[in-house]
Amino acid sequence: MSTSTTLLALLEAEPAHGYTLKHRYDERFGYARPLAFGQVYAALSSFERKGLAEVDGVESAGGPQRRRYRITPAGTTVVESWIAQSEPATSYSASTLFAKVSIALISGRPAAEVLATQRVTHLGRMRDLTKERRRAAAAELLAITFELNHLDADLKWIDEAGRRLDEVGREVARA
Amino acid sequence: MPEDEPAVRVRDVRLSYGDTVAVDGVDLTLAAGESIALMGPSGSGKSSLLHCLAGVLLPDSGEVSVLGRRLADSSEAQRSAFRLARMGMVFQFGNLIPELTLLENVMLPVQLLGSRAREAATRAHEVLEALETDHVSHRRAGAVSGGQAQRAAVARALVHRPSVVFADEPTGALDSVNADRVLDAMLALTADLGSVVLIVTHENRVAAHCERLLTMQDGRLAVSPVP
Repeated sequence: MSTSTTLLALLEAEPAHGYTLKHRYDERFGYARPLAFGQVYAALSSFERKGLAEVDGVESAGGPQRRRYRITPAGTTVVESWIAQSEPATSYSASTLFAKVSIALISGRPAAEVLATQRVTHLGRMRDLTKERRRAAAAELLAITFELNHLDADLKWIDEAGRRLDEVGREVARA
Repeated sequence: MPEDEPAVRVRDVRLSYGDTVAVDGVDLTLAAGESIALMGPSGSGKSSLLHCLAGVLLPDSGEVSVLGRRLADSSEAQRSAFRLARMGMVFQFGNLIPELTLLENVMLPVQLLGSRAREAATRAHEVLEALETDHVSHRRAGAVSGGQAQRAAVARALVHRPSVVFADEPTGALDSVNADRVLDAMLALTADLGSVVLIVTHENRVAAHCERLLTMQDGRLAVSPVP
């Protein structure tokens, strides 16, 4: 999953310190493996260097200085194009897709379009594999059907996610 | 039919069952020789649209033309004769006659169209052979495996060389290995015939066999980019 772009997208919702941003990320995506603080601060420095985010203010309420970051228009453009572009149809793209759908819902972008675009990419790949399967040797056949079945599972999730978008969107809006 | 005329043309077709709108303004053209998957969730109107295209149901409004012929201009008996001569239909559970052998089942459409038994048998054997089922053609339909019965059902749908083939979940009762084999054989045969094939399916792996994908939602065709 593209962790740094997801962090950038979370910064779009509202400016944040590294600490807050880490917790915002973990709440939504860290169920399997919470982010390390170092990764968040490295990402923020990189955003600043590339002009994708900038320091919004510095606070030091009795402790160490904390820099609050906000996204720049260039950063928003990166988020926009990341969400709009479908992932390569590999069997492991579902978690990035999950992040894109979540971010689209949080930011009020069309999540259904994210799913529809991905669906097309996945089905395109399945069609290519189906053609390859017709002339594949037995050993190759196992690899092809492995990928076909994983893509099929992704697509089933995409369809289910599509049916649940309204429900999830309402929940995200309440959060 | 003029050469540039699509095999199937649908204009603003609407169909309701009482208060329930099943097909809600569908426009569609299918070209000769192409294979199309029609997908969509249960109740999205896929099968109703298919029945309109095949002339089994007439829409409440709008127009369906198949091979240059407006279906609404024909009587039910004429549509039925047209279907027998020019269309092939495949259903999820074969719909073979269980008491007849596979060969007799596959011969039926050709015989109904007026061919002699010998000629019908020759043609039936050819198609069953192409579908790798000729070796069990002497067995009764009720006594063969699901995969063999479904292959025979495909053979029956194609034996009279139809220009238009409609299939409603044609491999819904098969495992994925058998489903792939049946679809491979079916699409190879229809490609040879130059027929257009429309497959209604909810399975992505079936849709991946087709050149074009259509998705239905709430009785309408979703506008989706062509992969």
